[in-house]
Amino acid sequence: MTGAIQYAKRRFESARAALGRGAGTETTESTADLGAAGVHVQLWLLAGLVLFPILVAVVVSTKQQGIVTSLPDLLPGTYAVENYREAIVDYGFARFMWNSLLMSVVVVVGKLVVSVLAAVAIVYYRVPYKDLVFLFVLFTLLLPVPVRFVPLFQLMNDLGWSNSLLAITVPYIASATTVFILRQHFLSIPTSIVETAKLDGVGPLKFTLRVLVPMSRGVLVGVSIIMFVYAWNQYLWPLVIIDSEANQVAQVGLQLLQGDVQGGQLSWSLVMAGSVLTLLPPLALMILFRKPLLETFAIQQK
Amino acid sequence: MTTITLETLSKEFDDVVAVNGIDLTVRDGEFLVVVGPSGCGKSTTLRLLAGLETPTDGEIRMDSRDVTGAEPKDRNVAMVFQNYALYPHMTGRRNITFGMNAAGSFTDEEIDRRVAKAAETLDIADLLDRKPQAMSGGERQRVALGRAIVRDPDAFLMDEPLSNLDAKLRIQMRAELTRLHAELGTTTVYVTHDQTEAMTLGERVVVMDDGRIQQVDPPQALYDFPTNRFVAEFIGDPAMNMIDVELEGGAAVHDAFRIPLPAGSAEGETGAGTEPLADPDAGGRRHAVLGIRPEDLHLARERPDLGETTFDATVEVTEPLGDSLLVHCSIGNETVKMGAEPRSSLEPGGAVSVGYDPERLHLFDPETGEAFYHSATATAPADRAEPVVTD
Repeated sequence: MTGAIQYAKRRFESARAALGRGAGTETTESTADLGAAGVHVQLWLLAGLVLFPILVAVVVSTKQQGIVTSLPDLLPGTYAVENYREAIVDYGFARFMWNSLLMSVVVVVGKLVVSVLAAVAIVYYRVPYKDLVFLFVLFTLLLPVPVRFVPLFQLMNDLGWSNSLLAITVPYIASATTVFILRQHFLSIPTSIVETAKLDGVGPLKFTLRVLVPMSRGVLVGVSIIMFVYAWNQYLWPLVIIDSEANQVAQVGLQLLQGDVQGGQLSWSLVMAGSVLTLLPPLALMILFRKPLLETFAIQQK
Repeated sequence: MTTITLETLSKEFDDVVAVNGIDLTVRDGEFLVVVGPSGCGKSTTLRLLAGLETPTDGEIRMDSRDVTGAEPKDRNVAMVFQNYALYPHMTGRRNITFGMNAAGSFTDEEIDRRVAKAAETLDIADLLDRKPQAMSGGERQRVALGRAIVRDPDAFLMDEPLSNLDAKLRIQMRAELTRLHAELGTTTVYVTHDQTEAMTLGERVVVMDDGRIQQVDPPQALYDFPTNRFVAEFIGDPAMNMIDVELEGGAAVHDAFRIPLPAGSAEGETGAGTEPLADPDAGGRRHAVLGIRPEDLHLARERPDLGETTFDATVEVTEPLGDSLLVHCSIGNETVKMGAEPRSSLEPGGAVSVGYDPERLHLFDPETGEAFYHSATATAPADRAEPVVTD
């Protein structure tokens, strides 16, 4: 998406430059406006392409049956309230959402705590073979959770954690990506700040909490959002390790909605209502924190 | 109020020797400037003083207390950094008090009182509620100074604090630092690479090169009596002219000129900073390097009072500096710089007659670079009360 926008921007700039070269002052402005309009059309098209399936989902979730066979089927129906009520109350989707939220929040908070401490240790402490340790942390990226399913499953059973919140959060708490991003950020903080604190006798914990964390607010928020979305979208592992419906998360819960076949026919409207509900929390976060998110992950032009 | 003593202090980073066995005493209440080119070990010395680096060898004492291995926070020193090192998310006031809170030895009223006093001293009262982002460079440096003075440390350590400021502000802050030091009287060690800053600020100046102290002296003594070529060329802008000469019969002889060296010296003058010149009777023609500062060379027609001895030179380039004219000219095969009156009309390629100030001649040993003759000492040894410290 960003790529497309960047591309459009470049196109726009080059078009503008080309126009500026050719035309006189009077016509330049109107043609530039025209060029801008063209860019906007392109952007709308691209955005529409991405948004279309979601819009369809929203529309379908308001219908009785939700079978789309022709264009008129894409007009909003009148069963919205009924569908959402059914999903949330009758199918216990509220429960799933709550479980998902709990899982995501625990994972994000855990990740932040562990990663901040790890990055502080890696950047500010004299640890023997520090770089090797950091490399080892990065190596764990080569072994994503799905690869570790079998031993992890065994481990969770041995610990007696299966079918609990612990099972779906603890394996995700360590995060090489977050450690990496935080390490890079801490390295960019001038050493004189650390040294001032040392001279003032500010202890390591106080320094971390009162100086480093506030100075890294943007990065921490950005990383949290990404990690939240990642955790929220977990599907396979909860499916494997959680077997009671009461502890299940929303992504798997969707499948349960789908599995409930009414009279041999899938209730698509119900599934879509569930999907839209699942979409809302990450969307809300993205909208709320879009600024720090962009600041953290934007590629800076220098 | 503290005397800081360094004894054979050394610091090695892997195979690089940053500080090579220096001995130095910073007197109680003194403003000592350490100056030198990049990589001469001046910043490392300061960091050793602060406790941010651990010395490989040697000892640091503050008064009689041995602080060589002490933690930075136990040394009671305050440091001011080149990039100010203010916490960007805290207001000016919070920046100043954060360290005091950490130290934990101040009551709230005491903190308020001290901040108010520091704010008054530095004129930063209106900056206390602003964040560093909303301050200019000079204002940030003031707040950083405020943070240093509220703790009432035994010593200030300043690491090129003015280098990030623009030229005008730097001059203003320089004066302010001098005033501040006069007011507080705290022992201060100030590191800079800028020799002008060193000369204007320091009560004594330490010139460092290659991890060693070259000379420690008050600024004027440093300028007038450099102990070696490095100091002579480093202090002063434009740098001192260095001309290879032969010593012969009490005169410096060059293909293009013969400069008689003022008397007193050839007869075994043993004043500090001088050695007897080669005795002509021993058949000793001796190689030497003659040092003359550009401002001690004049066009003969401008300063007829300097005596008869002149030599001819060819003008190569002229650089108008406003208050004077810097002339690059060649004497024989040497290129020298000299000062001339502003608005002198000198054409490149033209011949000029150059005179010199006979009291401002220096001779250096071509091998060791040590100074063995200053004509000012030779003619009037009594002028110079303080001996040159060469450790």
